[in-house]
Amino acid sequence: MKKREFWARLRRNRMAMSGLALVLGMFAVSLLAPWLAPYDPDAIDVKQMLMPPSAHHPLGTDTLGRDVLSRLIYGSRVSLKVGFVAVGLATLIGVLIGALAGYYGGWVDQLLMRLVDLMLCFPVLFLILAVIAMVGPSIWTIMAIIGLTGWMGVARLVRAEFLSLREREFVAAARALGAGDARLILRHLLPNALAPVMVSATLGVAGAILTETFLSFLGLGVQPPTPSWGNILMMGKDNIEIAWWLSVFPGLAILVTVMSYNLLGEGIREAIDPRLND
Amino acid sequence: MLAFLAKRLVYMLPMLLGITLLSFLVIHLAPGTPVEIQTTMNPKASLEAQKRLKELYGLDKPLHVQYWDWLKRVAVLDFGRSFSPDGRPVWDKIKERIGITLALNLMTLLIVLTLAIPIGVLAAVKPHSWFDEATTLFVFFGFSMPSFWLALLLIMFFGVYLDWLPISGLTSLQFSQFTFWQKVQDLVAHVTLPVLGAAFLSLAAMSRFTRGSMLEVIRQDYITTARAKGLSEGTVIFKHALRNALLPIITLLGLSVPGLISGSIIFETIFAIPGMGQLFYGAVMARDYPLIMAELVIASFLTLMGNLLADAGYALVDPRIRTG
Repeated sequence: MKKREFWARLRRNRMAMSGLALVLGMFAVSLLAPWLAPYDPDAIDVKQMLMPPSAHHPLGTDTLGRDVLSRLIYGSRVSLKVGFVAVGLATLIGVLIGALAGYYGGWVDQLLMRLVDLMLCFPVLFLILAVIAMVGPSIWTIMAIIGLTGWMGVARLVRAEFLSLREREFVAAARALGAGDARLILRHLLPNALAPVMVSATLGVAGAILTETFLSFLGLGVQPPTPSWGNILMMGKDNIEIAWWLSVFPGLAILVTVMSYNLLGEGIREAIDPRLND
Repeated sequence: MLAFLAKRLVYMLPMLLGITLLSFLVIHLAPGTPVEIQTTMNPKASLEAQKRLKELYGLDKPLHVQYWDWLKRVAVLDFGRSFSPDGRPVWDKIKERIGITLALNLMTLLIVLTLAIPIGVLAAVKPHSWFDEATTLFVFFGFSMPSFWLALLLIMFFGVYLDWLPISGLTSLQFSQFTFWQKVQDLVAHVTLPVLGAAFLSLAAMSRFTRGSMLEVIRQDYITTARAKGLSEGTVIFKHALRNALLPIITLLGLSVPGLISGSIIFETIFAIPGMGQLFYGAVMARDYPLIMAELVIASFLTLMGNLLADAGYALVDPRIRTG
């Protein structure tokens, strides 16, 4: 598939482009947080506790009088960091395992795919929470654990691609020219298998952000005072009858962010394989 | 059919072993020995608990022996005793809650199916119609909705603002004094929000899947044939197409078990429903290790059962699978 064709198709897809714009916008927000945030996100103001949205605090304040808008802006950093590190890890493991299984086939494939089946038997949230209970909650723990429990889909995709690619003539040609296993995998097979990986990684970021915010919401993810959308929502839950703004705005931020990655991911999928459109 | 099921069951055995092995390894993730960690990090673990733990894990023995001993106990559902002050056997605690979780998930599944199949079929029959486009938008929305936020919004709107429905627990305080019908009413009111919330989330995936499956079938030649011989559109869609499109949906049902069980943690925690999910959350917060391990094993066992059901359902409706 040609790159230019791909971009042309992606550009025509309105939903994907709005997803891309939102994703880039979110990057800008987290990079420019110190300039965009009207207040210091950690500045406590006891005279301004639980204030509803107003001209001074557009999205209100929390139980410690901190500005919610500023905390949301800084919170975007946490979500992006977790999303990208976790998905990077998952993709790396998935590609490695899928490539080995698909390239070598036979017992290697059997063994690795049974491992995939096994991992898929665990309801992910149970596994994640159990591990967090063992090693303790922190942003590093959740990045690692979301990555370590999220690679199975990628592994299956890459394996399937490899299985069909390795029978193709250009692979036989490369092998006849004396290319070794490593070269075949890295230079010839992998570049041709990356398209579906890109889709699943983009969708994976959405999933990782959902998981991170939920864990932080439970108090098992990013720990206060570091602002994260999840732990602002936790405060929202505790004050649900008096402070709607603590629940509504962080949730909206999560919804919009996750949706933009989903839109972009689906758009990439359709741009890669236009037949999926109908 | 029996031979097929027997084969699947045999295949499940190594998976079960794998599940227990991985779960066992999770305990050993914690730095230091389980006893040290569990007692220093959990002030509720008394000296007596330490002794019990050492017995439970047989820490003086080599790792594979420890695993084997633990496995033998798990096989008879002996997961040890909880660290919580009552110190009850873990299995007793789970036993009284697992029914609630399963019942809620069944209700959710029922609602999802009755809504998702018609939605998916309608969207597939007229692709790119306004209904189909609206469904697509709804699906994106459903996939992106943080479930716990949805729960909070439901609580805020129906529980706090309108004050129509209770927002926590399974029964009201005066439940024991209610007449039978009042009890039913009370239960229904309590489960409405969590079940609707959970259903909303699976609805997106399920209707998307039904649509895809229907589209696939509608393109087949025999559908054209059915139309060509003058059958009404209704007969073609519902008798010829839907039957075949339902095949993959059965599989998806079985495969949706892990998602549903994970959802139980979310909704039971937020709505304070005394099921397995809430028990698990409590165990994680209190670092109640025996309970955590037991739940991990049982939740993955349920997933495996879901897979088996999916296989069996698939084989039941498609002879090629059980003979092939």
